[in-house]
Amino acid sequence: MNTITTLNNPYGEDKVIDACGLFGMMDLTGRRFGSKAPVKAISNMHERGNGLGGGFAVYGLYPQHKDDYAFHIMYLNRESKERADRLLAQSFDVLHAEEMPVNLAANVWNPPMIWRYFLQPKNIAENQSHDEYVVRNVMRINTDTCGAFVFSSGKNMGVFKGVGFPEDIAEYFCLGEYEGYLWVCHGRFPTNTPGWWGGAHPFNILDWTVVHNGELSSYGINRRYLEMYGYNCTMQTDTEVMAYALDLLMRKQKLPMEVVARIMAPPLWIEIDNMEPKEKHLCTMLRQCYSSLLMNGPFTIIAAHNGEMIGLTDRIKLRPLTAGIKGSMLYLSSEEASIHLVSPHLDKVWSPRGGEPVIGRLKTLKTVEVLTPGVRK
Amino acid sequence: MDDQKESSHIKVKNGVATINAMNMHYRNLNSLIKAHNNPVKEIHVRKVYGQRYIGTGLKGSMELHLYGTPGNDLAAFMDGPTVYVHGNAQDGVGNTMNSGKVVVYGHSGDITGYSMRGGKIFVRDDVGYRTGIHMKEYQDVKPTLVIGGSARDFLGEYMAGGIILVLGLNLPPGQRHESKFVGTGMHGGVIYTCADMAHLGKEVAVIPVDENDVHVIQGLVKEFCGYFNFDFDEAMKRKFVKIAPVSHRPYGRLYA
Amino acid sequence: MKSYIEPEFIVERDQDKCIRCKVCVNQCTYDTHYYDSEDDIVCSHDENCVNCHRCVVFCPTRAINIKRNPTQYTENQNWSREVITAVKNQAETGGIILTGMGCDKPYYTYWDRILLNASQVTNPSIDPLREPMEIRTFLGCKPDKLDLELESNDLVLMTKLAPQLRVETPILFSALSYGAVSFNVHQALARAATEYGTFMNTGEGGLDRRLYKYGDHVIVQVASGRFGVSPDYLNVGAAIEIKIGQGAKPGIGGHLPGEKVTEDISRTRMIPTGTDALSPAPQHDIYSIEDLRQLIYALKEETDYTKPVSVKIAAVHNSAAIASGMVRAGADIIALDGVRGATGAAPRIIRDNVGVPIELALASVDQRLREEGIRNKASILVAGGIKNSGDVVKAIALGADAVYIGTAALVAMGCTVCQKCHTGKCPWGIATPDPWISKRVNPDIATRRLVNLLSGWSHEIKEMMGGMGINAIESLRGNRLMLRGVGLTETELKVLGIKMAGD
Repeated sequence: MNTITTLNNPYGEDKVIDACGLFGMMDLTGRRFGSKAPVKAISNMHERGNGLGGGFAVYGLYPQHKDDYAFHIMYLNRESKERADRLLAQSFDVLHAEEMPVNLAANVWNPPMIWRYFLQPKNIAENQSHDEYVVRNVMRINTDTCGAFVFSSGKNMGVFKGVGFPEDIAEYFCLGEYEGYLWVCHGRFPTNTPGWWGGAHPFNILDWTVVHNGELSSYGINRRYLEMYGYNCTMQTDTEVMAYALDLLMRKQKLPMEVVARIMAPPLWIEIDNMEPKEKHLCTMLRQCYSSLLMNGPFTIIAAHNGEMIGLTDRIKLRPLTAGIKGSMLYLSSEEASIHLVSPHLDKVWSPRGGEPVIGRLKTLKTVEVLTPGVRK
Repeated sequence: MDDQKESSHIKVKNGVATINAMNMHYRNLNSLIKAHNNPVKEIHVRKVYGQRYIGTGLKGSMELHLYGTPGNDLAAFMDGPTVYVHGNAQDGVGNTMNSGKVVVYGHSGDITGYSMRGGKIFVRDDVGYRTGIHMKEYQDVKPTLVIGGSARDFLGEYMAGGIILVLGLNLPPGQRHESKFVGTGMHGGVIYTCADMAHLGKEVAVIPVDENDVHVIQGLVKEFCGYFNFDFDEAMKRKFVKIAPVSHRPYGRLYA
Repeated sequence: MKSYIEPEFIVERDQDKCIRCKVCVNQCTYDTHYYDSEDDIVCSHDENCVNCHRCVVFCPTRAINIKRNPTQYTENQNWSREVITAVKNQAETGGIILTGMGCDKPYYTYWDRILLNASQVTNPSIDPLREPMEIRTFLGCKPDKLDLELESNDLVLMTKLAPQLRVETPILFSALSYGAVSFNVHQALARAATEYGTFMNTGEGGLDRRLYKYGDHVIVQVASGRFGVSPDYLNVGAAIEIKIGQGAKPGIGGHLPGEKVTEDISRTRMIPTGTDALSPAPQHDIYSIEDLRQLIYALKEETDYTKPVSVKIAAVHNSAAIASGMVRAGADIIALDGVRGATGAAPRIIRDNVGVPIELALASVDQRLREEGIRNKASILVAGGIKNSGDVVKAIALGADAVYIGTAALVAMGCTVCQKCHTGKCPWGIATPDPWISKRVNPDIATRRLVNLLSGWSHEIKEMMGGMGINAIESLRGNRLMLRGVGLTETELKVLGIKMAGD
């Protein structure tokens, strides 16, 4: 994976630092909608990016292929595509493969070749997890092909990202032609990887996507802890570490998001010491056992996977996040103005507390204000 | 930005200017506002969606009405005018504000009133984290921040002067503000509140109000009720206390 | 035979300032000063002086100065004064040269070649005086994950956690054996640990019954001599530490000279007074790693699995592999003692030549445990010359959960590191069992001094953490990106797992 690391972190810095704007929008009934509102909202936060990265994750994207793994792969050269195609053919039934339809007139910078595949694992043992199989193969392609990068690999969803303002990326990938029930958008302000399309957000593993604003001062230990569980942190970004942490805690260890939030953004000891015994015991145990996954430093993330959109900030809320509801629509945004722009008459708009997640689940809305009873209007 | 374009976004009539800020970059909006500062006494800006720094660098005494959601750093460094926000405000309202007034018909975000040096801010609903950090005063120049609802953690951190008044009008009776580290690092100024705070910084204590305090509180509550149509007598039924620093040099013994 | 050894120190007394109060004569335990009543003058036997500064500090008129003997052997990088004197000493005695405290040689101290990060722009630094800054730490075995089950709409925690030690600051008092230090010192350590929310370690000499009431803040040690190891002893502490070795003298046993075995020591250690209390070199029931497992579980059975079991080793050449074995044998805590670890008595040649610097051992142990996927199973405690809070922060960033301080605690109570602990004549009342002299350590004042030390260092730790934009110590632990090396070779950087400053 040297190519990926060298590309994403050309100066060999401890990690990649960037600043960002985030937006997420979900219809909790599962009704699919188009790109107009998400794109409008993220481009309104122009000031938070600098045109050197934009990206989208769309869920409910491929209903005709909803049980197939949809791979989006970017190729830096022809040879890497040949290698990747060989690896794919070995491990998967390739049900469909095509070059990603794009609009070449869009104002984006030096786009790589991008292909899209719909796959099913083959030669896989009875009790072997399909998801694990896919993760391993994605890592293989990203390591062994010297130039192919799988940047989306979930079912019925897809990531579109690259170097350009978000609205230009949306135009490039013809997002106007797609619909989904959950859109996550990101505009980036990178400090050291101007040219590479893979560096934009969201970061993806299976159907998990994470967009992130801020910087983890605990990155050094978060990464070492995840490496102990077999995660190869080649992108060397905070977003990658966040996504792998969510994958480890939620997919592998099956912990609910309410608990995961208390691992990544735990309450302070002065709060824990004053909790009810049961709550106190749980929070103390979580801090004792998962201490290396405490995410320190300022962060706001919007994470999504099939059926759920999650917004979370760090425990002392050093980065902004606003949530809004209108009917069955849930909005999450770095700046409140963008929500009003696309939905002028909100039922409710508020700022979640530091460390308390806002979780939109298909068919329900769950707003978790666990530690503090007073809820806004 | 040429005159033709400009005139399509702004109309002036009877000394009142109206601007349609839809799709307008904040630089253009702000320079438009500044250009009309003197000649016009009142400017109404419609369709505000996140433009930053509105009111920054503005002097004088004009009235600015904003409809929508102004972006970060509203009235930063502002010196004189009055800004009415008909909607919610974002982060950084009144950042290092010198003088003037901001009235928000809604809530405001984090870092409200950071380093305020004068003037007044009235917020009808809640404010976010780190409100009123390092507010300062000198003799009778005292910045004031009145919050109709609650504040989040770190209210009045490092406060060196000025007045913060937290009314908690949207709190059920008997309930406290879930605000922690209130007044942490405070060494001047005062915070008035009628409901308890969840946790105070070690530099402050709760003390009863005196006649002077009551006079100040009454004046501010009256002004607040005037803006937001609350009943003055209802509001004044509450019992106020003040949170103030207990030492001028709380860290004197910390250093060897 | 006539000794050819020249005095190391010279006592200089300003006779104008000297008021003949004779405090120095009374305070010195080495018979250095004496009063000549005929001439009304205080004089000194320079050859007895050990440079402990007791007289210097207590002289009311500051009339005394201790100087290195200006008479020097001809300069020689190989044949230094210490080396020449040692040879002459052994020629006269035929014995092993003993010394006290820790290695004083100019080997690299890596802490001083490691620098810390701070946040600038991309990440805010945090102000520990006004915003929350958490340094509470839990030592013990942690699981890789927690099992939660949904029971009637409520999340229930199914996992039971192994016993943990909770420390409010990542600094514990290192093992100082009763006998090597006086009862008052043990008492002060126990009281200070209790007051601050940390722990002291009994060392291999057992725990005097009068201190059992502080048991919740005591780690009881089981060393090769098994001094004082009764069922009561094992159950009174908060944790048990099996001592395999210590940094000052890896590979050899403990040594308490007969002069220091008084009545109290005799009772606690259950050996005759006046005899040398020698601990065997190995623990005689641990000859291989599986034996260690056997002892660990024997202790866990004895205490019904209610206390963490720690295993302390000296940092030696294969520490990483040994530590891995220890963790797999069931140790809840690994304590590593580096080459600069101190002692009440050790052969000087071993103290100065055996063992490795703790920084390197820590880095390789932490990395190895992570590579093997077992880092969660034990906490790492490090010791051996930790001299200030900067060292503590660097140790935690390298991967330690907490540190043990020994020398620093003694210095806080008055020790001047003169390295004569093995004589039992410590005039500061610290490293002596003499009931009269050990009164010079006032337990109330000593406790205060220790608490002050912990407090000062803890505040400094919080300042450094805040500077890095971290407000919880779990985010510092093992976060090597916060460290950079200066003046280190590539191999050293590689072993430490850190980058060069500027890189």
